[in-house]
Amino acid sequence: MSQSDVKAVRPLSPHLQIYKPILTMVTSILQRITGAALYFGMLLVAWWLVAVASGPAYYDFVSGLFGSIIGYLVLFGFTWALMFHLLGGLRHFLWDTARGMEKGTRDKIALANVIGSILLTVVVWIIVLAVA
Amino acid sequence: MVQLTLPRNSKVKTGKVWDKPAGATNVREYKIYRWSPDDDENPSTDTYFVDTDDCGPMVLDGLIYIKNKIDPTLTFRRSCREGICGSCAMNIDGTNTLACTKGMDEVSGTIKIYPLPHMPVVKDLVPDLNLFYAQHRFIEPWLKTVSPTPETEWLQSHADRAKLDGLYECILCACCSTSCPSYWWNGDRYLGPAVLLQAYRWLIDSRDEATGERLDALEDPFRLYRCHTIMNCSQACPKGLNPAKAIAEIKKMMVERRV
Repeated sequence: MSQSDVKAVRPLSPHLQIYKPILTMVTSILQRITGAALYFGMLLVAWWLVAVASGPAYYDFVSGLFGSIIGYLVLFGFTWALMFHLLGGLRHFLWDTARGMEKGTRDKIALANVIGSILLTVVVWIIVLAVA
Repeated sequence: MVQLTLPRNSKVKTGKVWDKPAGATNVREYKIYRWSPDDDENPSTDTYFVDTDDCGPMVLDGLIYIKNKIDPTLTFRRSCREGICGSCAMNIDGTNTLACTKGMDEVSGTIKIYPLPHMPVVKDLVPDLNLFYAQHRFIEPWLKTVSPTPETEWLQSHADRAKLDGLYECILCACCSTSCPSYWWNGDRYLGPAVLLQAYRWLIDSRDEATGERLDALEDPFRLYRCHTIMNCSQACPKGLNPAKAIAEIKKMMVERRV
């Protein structure tokens, strides 16, 4: 359907370009994006594990990267993606049971997904920084 | 397939700005998608000014004003002007709805109007709905029975009849299906929210005796399961129905018949 039909001269009407972003649509897109970002995050985790197994010199190097400002920013983003995707999974689980889909409720749940993910991320980082 | 941008022949250009109606004091600006099959031009958006003192309150009234008084070539579908025929479904202010039930006062600033999204355009605001109707035909939207036909009508309890509320009101305007990104990318194989709501309307009907074969026809990675609960459909429905919930109920029926 991304192509126009057999009468190829017919144009395809605008879609994403003109559609007003709706909260439930935005959270759905974010669920996809964070899901993809988690693959990248898992590479970081695997890299850290490799560093642990490689001995003190290489571990210090990787630890230093993760501990830099940029490293913290990336890890902060990874944490948020994880929390968003986690709550988004629960949101979809609820909707799969056909509950919480009414007008108003669905928007509250989507909003809770966004706010909850930010809160959880902040909580995790308060704990991380308190320990570190 | 996901294609985020428009094909080259579909890119929208800036079109003509039409003169303001002479002597009008209160005007609303309309920006309307135009495309004609009669020349080789790309689509464009024309700007019109509607005299609101000489025109009804709805977006459709403005379109009719433009067609009657400014530009008779403007092409759109309309019929009942009271939200029951579904003809004037279009994208207004970024959301699919019916022009006849959308008040001009519900839109702030310029009223931007496009045809239903991601559809082949026949002319201006008229999309080609052939595929949509074919998909509706596919779910066989009529009562199917094996029992002998009763002398009078097929009876139904009040409770069973109540299950059809929120489903039978669908007017097949296609606002929901054409608001759905899954339908945009996979409309050739995914049935879309409107048709699936109709499918559920027959699945849940106590008088229908073809529930099993109806579910069989939907048991497909694309036809039903391309719904990812994005919920644009329920947000768009001008009749306030909930296609996303109807689809979730079908998915539940799929599971329930296996356990």
